[in-house]
Amino acid sequence: MIIHRIQLPLNDSDYYKLSIGDKVLLSGTVYTARDAAHKKLIALVEEGSLLPIDLSNNAIFYCGPSPTPSGKVCGAIGPTTSSRMDIYTIPLLELGLKVMIGKGERSIEVYRAIQEDKAVYLSCLGGVSALLSQSIVSCETFLWPELGAEAIHRLIVKDLPAYVAIV
Amino acid sequence: MNIRHINEQVIYDAVYEAIKHITYHPDPAVEPLLRDALDNECDELRQDVLCSLINNIELSPDSSTPLCQDTGTLVVFAKIGNRCVIDGKPLETIINYALRMASSDLYLRASIVRDPLFNRTNTSDNSPSIVHTRIVEGSKIILKIAQKGGGAENMSNLRMMLPTCNRQDIIDFILETVVEAGAKACPPLVLGIGIGGNYEQCALLAKEALLSPIGTRSSNSDYAQLEQDILMQVNNTGVGAQGMGGNLTALDVHILHAPCHIASLPVAVNIQCHAHRHIELEI
Ligand code: SF4
Repeated sequence: MIIHRIQLPLNDSDYYKLSIGDKVLLSGTVYTARDAAHKKLIALVEEGSLLPIDLSNNAIFYCGPSPTPSGKVCGAIGPTTSSRMDIYTIPLLELGLKVMIGKGERSIEVYRAIQEDKAVYLSCLGGVSALLSQSIVSCETFLWPELGAEAIHRLIVKDLPAYVAIV
Repeated sequence: MNIRHINEQVIYDAVYEAIKHITYHPDPAVEPLLRDALDNECDELRQDVLCSLINNIELSPDSSTPLCQDTGTLVVFAKIGNRCVIDGKPLETIINYALRMASSDLYLRASIVRDPLFNRTNTSDNSPSIVHTRIVEGSKIILKIAQKGGGAENMSNLRMMLPTCNRQDIIDFILETVVEAGAKACPPLVLGIGIGGNYEQCALLAKEALLSPIGTRSSNSDYAQLEQDILMQVNNTGVGAQGMGGNLTALDVHILHAPCHIASLPVAVNIQCHAHRHIELEI
């Protein structure tokens, strides 16, 4: 198993090193977004509005963190099922989204679009929150706090483990 | 007839402690089964996955971080003895109080919305729980409590099969469900299977079957054998832990069955993930 230490945003030279089944340890900024945030983002795209978040070259983690206990940097962190985001993914790829982190398989259309757009889908282990939370340096609500766990959070991560699933 | 009075505080305390425990501890058989699988696994990637699952079980109570960020819907099967009376609020209200308080104290993620379709605003405290109550002979209250995450629940399935279907037809339906679930349900899985009853009873049987401790078998020898055959065939599907291949797709299979109509053979498969959080309380 090949292990890559990857600094986000993902640059071209790192992108070309990745193969399916490799392990990556991600460091840098990722934005969380689940169903409700995706729905809002796509509504903005459809009405032609400017997005309040720059997705170009950025990474989205399909994740709804639990609240941060006092004295800690974050609560429980982990991926949700990526396929629920499939219907929203292609327009976001067109806006330059580069890295998606989640769990489970993607639709064939999304699979192809990820490859064509030179993006990457990373599979992260589900149900290992205590482990993943160790890789979080900071967690802040970035957008739409009224969505609670479904808000967009900005995470700074250090060596967050995941596996290359589509590249 | 002697009536036993149970104070609501006793139930509240027991439920609160139970929620706290299962937030950080899966079924006690999960970790040893993962370790066995790790001992027999040669592939480096799969070893890495199994090690991560084991590490997480160790880290969770030490770091007071939930095993999984999705602490799910609180599901309770309550058997209430016909000779006991709860002094105070109704059982469901007490359970919801304990759930709200535990969610706040333990910083559990709020995962429940008020209305499925027209008002998906969060209840903010993980209430309401889903409580199934049965009155039984006796003076005790038995509560089987689980935190049921959404990812695995979403991949569950119920089919009204033909009454002429045989054992293998049922196994094939279950295999189809498990393969379709893939990594989305966070395998290795625990399968709760309901066979018989009618539409809603079958789903309830499947859910309650999930709450049998891992390693226990049906008391009916035919169903016990079927549980083992399903487990073996599910583990031959090649889905593997977290969908990475290998032969640990499920940790266990439990079946509950019930009489059914001559026209029917309902089968429900309730899928649970490796974060198999459940406990049984006797009050
Ligand atoms: S399926 Fe289970 S382990 Fe996976 S994210 Fe949901 S609750 Fe957690």
